[in-house]
Amino acid sequence: MLQYDLVVVGGGPAGMAAALQAHEDGVEKILVLERADTLGGILEQCIHTGFGLHYFGEELSGPEYAARFSEALYKTNIDVKVDTMVLDISADNVVTAVNNFDGLLTVKAAAVVLAMGCRERPRGALSIAGSRASGIMTAGTAQKYVNIDGYMPGKTVVILGSGDIGLIMARRMTLEGAKVKAVCELMPYSGGLTRNIVQCLEDFGIPLRLSCTVIQTHGKERLEGVTVANVDEHLQPIPGTEEYIPCDTLMLSVGLIPENELSKSAGVALDPVTNGLVVDEYRETSKKGVFACGNVLQVHDLVDYVTEESKLAGAGAAKFIRGEKPAGGTVTTVGENGVRYVVPQRINRATDKDVKLYFRVGRVLENVTLTVTCGEETLISRKKRKMTPGEMEYVTLKASVLEKLPEDAKLVVSTKEA
Amino acid sequence: MKYDVAVVGAGVVGALIARALSRTDLHVVLLEKYNDVAMGTTKANSAIVHGGFDAANGTLKAKLNVRGTELMPQLCETLHVPYRNNGSLVLAFSEEEMQHVHALYERGLKNGVPRLSVLDKSAVLELEPHVSGEVVGALLSETAGIVCPYELTIAAAENAVENGVDFIRNCAVTAIEKAPDGFTLQTTCGAIEAAYIVNAAGIHSDDIARMIGDDSISLVARKGEYYLLDKAYGYLADHTIFQCPNKMGKGVLVTPTVDGNLLIGPSALDVDDKEDVDTTAKGLQFVVEKAKRSVPELNLRGAITSFAGLRAHPTTDDFIIGFSEKSDRFVNVAGIESPGLSAAPAIAEMVYEMLLEKTKASERVDFKPGRKAPVRFRNMTKAEREALIAKNKAYGRVICRCETITEGEILDAIHAPAGARDVDGIKRRTRAGMGRCQGGFCGSKVVEILSRELGVPMNEITKFGGNSKILFEKTK
Ligand SMILES: Cc1cc2nc3c(=O)[nH]c(=O)nc-3n(C[C@H](O)[C@H](O)[C@H](O)COP(=O)(O)OP(=O)(O)OC[C@H]3O[C@@H](n4cnc5c(N)ncnc54)[C@H](O)[C@@H]3O)c2cc1C
Ligand SMILES: Cc1cc2nc3c(=O)[nH]c(=O)nc-3n(C[C@H](O)[C@H](O)[C@H](O)COP(=O)(O)OP(=O)(O)OC[C@H]3O[C@@H](n4cnc5c(N)ncnc54)[C@H](O)[C@@H]3O)c2cc1C
Repeated sequence: MLQYDLVVVGGGPAGMAAALQAHEDGVEKILVLERADTLGGILEQCIHTGFGLHYFGEELSGPEYAARFSEALYKTNIDVKVDTMVLDISADNVVTAVNNFDGLLTVKAAAVVLAMGCRERPRGALSIAGSRASGIMTAGTAQKYVNIDGYMPGKTVVILGSGDIGLIMARRMTLEGAKVKAVCELMPYSGGLTRNIVQCLEDFGIPLRLSCTVIQTHGKERLEGVTVANVDEHLQPIPGTEEYIPCDTLMLSVGLIPENELSKSAGVALDPVTNGLVVDEYRETSKKGVFACGNVLQVHDLVDYVTEESKLAGAGAAKFIRGEKPAGGTVTTVGENGVRYVVPQRINRATDKDVKLYFRVGRVLENVTLTVTCGEETLISRKKRKMTPGEMEYVTLKASVLEKLPEDAKLVVSTKEA
Repeated sequence: MKYDVAVVGAGVVGALIARALSRTDLHVVLLEKYNDVAMGTTKANSAIVHGGFDAANGTLKAKLNVRGTELMPQLCETLHVPYRNNGSLVLAFSEEEMQHVHALYERGLKNGVPRLSVLDKSAVLELEPHVSGEVVGALLSETAGIVCPYELTIAAAENAVENGVDFIRNCAVTAIEKAPDGFTLQTTCGAIEAAYIVNAAGIHSDDIARMIGDDSISLVARKGEYYLLDKAYGYLADHTIFQCPNKMGKGVLVTPTVDGNLLIGPSALDVDDKEDVDTTAKGLQFVVEKAKRSVPELNLRGAITSFAGLRAHPTTDDFIIGFSEKSDRFVNVAGIESPGLSAAPAIAEMVYEMLLEKTKASERVDFKPGRKAPVRFRNMTKAEREALIAKNKAYGRVICRCETITEGEILDAIHAPAGARDVDGIKRRTRAGMGRCQGGFCGSKVVEILSRELGVPMNEITKFGGNSKILFEKTK
């Protein structure tokens, strides 16, 4: 069995940043395990620009952003194994992985960082009635076909869901000569970033149909069309609004689910709202010495925040390995009044840094007052013109404020519309 | 090419018949109109090996069900097909329904079904704690089980081919002409001569019979729709749980599958189009509402896919098996609706005996009854995995991460006799793409591997044959 101080599962932006930070903080033996044949994670297929505006102050493509980290990483003594799939993480942090050069690999780790990213919600989860024709795929799969394999997965396209990947693919397919007939979104608002709606749909005249869904697919072999319908306030199709749209491809961009099967096997607690993990300010999970960051923890729309979060996880793992990390985390956080969730869910009062609370709202809010309260006391109050579910928000809690909170304090992040 | 026997249709029935005939020195061809075996009703049904108490006394259905269910465990072991003897329960929710349970019990005894018993409420809840508290009692059938219907068919076809049967895919029979010593079958892949024909074309067996002027068979297509739930919900049922038929219809079942998923369904709707396996919002809604009566905790959040199959309902209400009145060289195996899967091993045995007697063929001494056990990386111990990868590196590369399927297993599926030629074929043989992400990650890799192994460009690869292509031309 191999021995490492830190094993990082997943070599996307999250895993790479965590490994680099831990290395900088003096951790000696680090191993990064990645299933794909290169580092970079989902960024490798995101050849559009829009990465790094916050973190590097410049606009990079996905592979360029990833390369900044992978190049740095390969200059260190961090061990990397690509083409290596982690199969299991045991209760005592023994990581089992498999590849076709070492065979079966077992590694005992002092600390583990989980950075497995997320997967796209498939069609079955939506139960759209109709045929089993080819031409129905997630937007991410379509993106891989176009950007990595160099094949067109369709010529006339309807996209269900207005998540960012769907929006990006609407533009990509159009640029490649396909006709994108509509993007249908079940909710009365889009789940994607405003900048993507403008740059990917409006600039190309692609209609975004809100409160609209696909109720049936048609075609025996290749998809031939879909029936769409408007939905009422209970999200149920409204009879009489059905419309048939001929198309050969239906792309789904209906949500991402953190990839936590391994975390479950390791016995780590999940947050039922995010489907991600419950963590403290250093992104330590409910299990000592197991950290998590990136999309496995909460679905991010900006990779810049992934990097920030992952550096915390790397730093936390380094502290843990040195025996300096405060355990527990007795202050808890919750979202109320429109705030769906808050990460981190636990905070150590005696932490050494300011803590950013990340959260998302559950619907579009305008002219809101955002507050963080502890009992009767309002710690932070801020006015916002508009908040949308598609955009992750944060507020910063000063370490000096945290330190004065009572033991077992409960912090409530909530909103109030004017 | 001149064959002794042409079996038309590679569903579970046709494949098992072809395998049974491969024990003899008859030269057999198995013809299938789709790109793979098990593309008809065989791939979309409840996958139950029924006890045999349901069919009316004295019918072929009753006799062949009981015999098939008896043969199934050994057959599955020989062919390395997943089978589980989980037993079944027919729930009663009222005294009236309890009467029906008693009637089924009596009918079962007459059909010769072993190990039947009637349970009271507490006994039912002890066996199945997630069943509704409204239950008053149930019929327990201990010989009932579950099987993987397409894997049984794949295994049977594979084994048949290993024993000398020719399997021709994408070969639809379009007309049949009488020839001096048999027939000439006109097909989409040319003319094929055969001394005997076995008509095992499922829902189309009436059309095939009509090709020789036999219009005695009349089939109605009746659609059944299902939901498949994630393995995380498999704990909700251990037995196959049926309901009593009542004024509201036949009731739906809740059952584990051999892979540990939960299956609920089917609905029942007569349809005109024999290829119409579209799911409908109404049918699926019906299934969920009904199934909750048995297991109230059911929750659609766990749904990973839905599908539909067509029952080939004969107007006579019984299986039609025997020489056609128009030709004593033409065997009809028609109207094989439920319990056709359960009965299939017995149907094969019956047709084998009929043809053996008729043709005076002799048994081969070199018949190999089993197939090589397929590699299942996910079920192996650490030591087994190590040994496997040491022998062949391809087993060290995981392709489908939800189900932990390796490249080696996908290569095996392609290169097996009657192997996979499309993405769904890989899925049925290996489970790659059947998990919770439904091929989101591995779909494109499977296309790549098929393209490489079959030596065709990626945009020629299909989901399930025909025009079900996945990719168009190269990007600009
Ligand atoms: C299509 C798309 C478009 C986006 N567009 C933008 C954009 O324009 N701008 C922006 O700033 N952000 C964008 N984002 C968001 C951002 O890129 C992601 O949030 C970020 O890539 C997440 O990083 P991650 O490391 O958590 O996950 P990933 O990048 O998914 O990396 C996870 C890695 O873990 C590996 N892995 C998983 N399981 C295992 C295992 N068992 N064993 C070994 N390895 C494993 C995976 O192979 C993968 O490489 C986009 C995201 C997507 C999906
Ligand atoms: C909803 C439903 C639930 C069921 N549940 C159960 C159950 O739980 N237990 C049970 O025992 N049974 C069950 N059954 C019944 C069982 O599924 C069938 O009896 C069985 O699959 C029939 O197999 P088959 O080989 O006769 O038909 P099929 O699987 O339909 O095979 C016929 C084949 O013939 C091919 N074919 C057709 N026309 C031509 C042509 N012209 N040329 C060449 N090939 C042709 C087709 O493509 C097809 O592959 C169920 C059926 C349904 C519909």
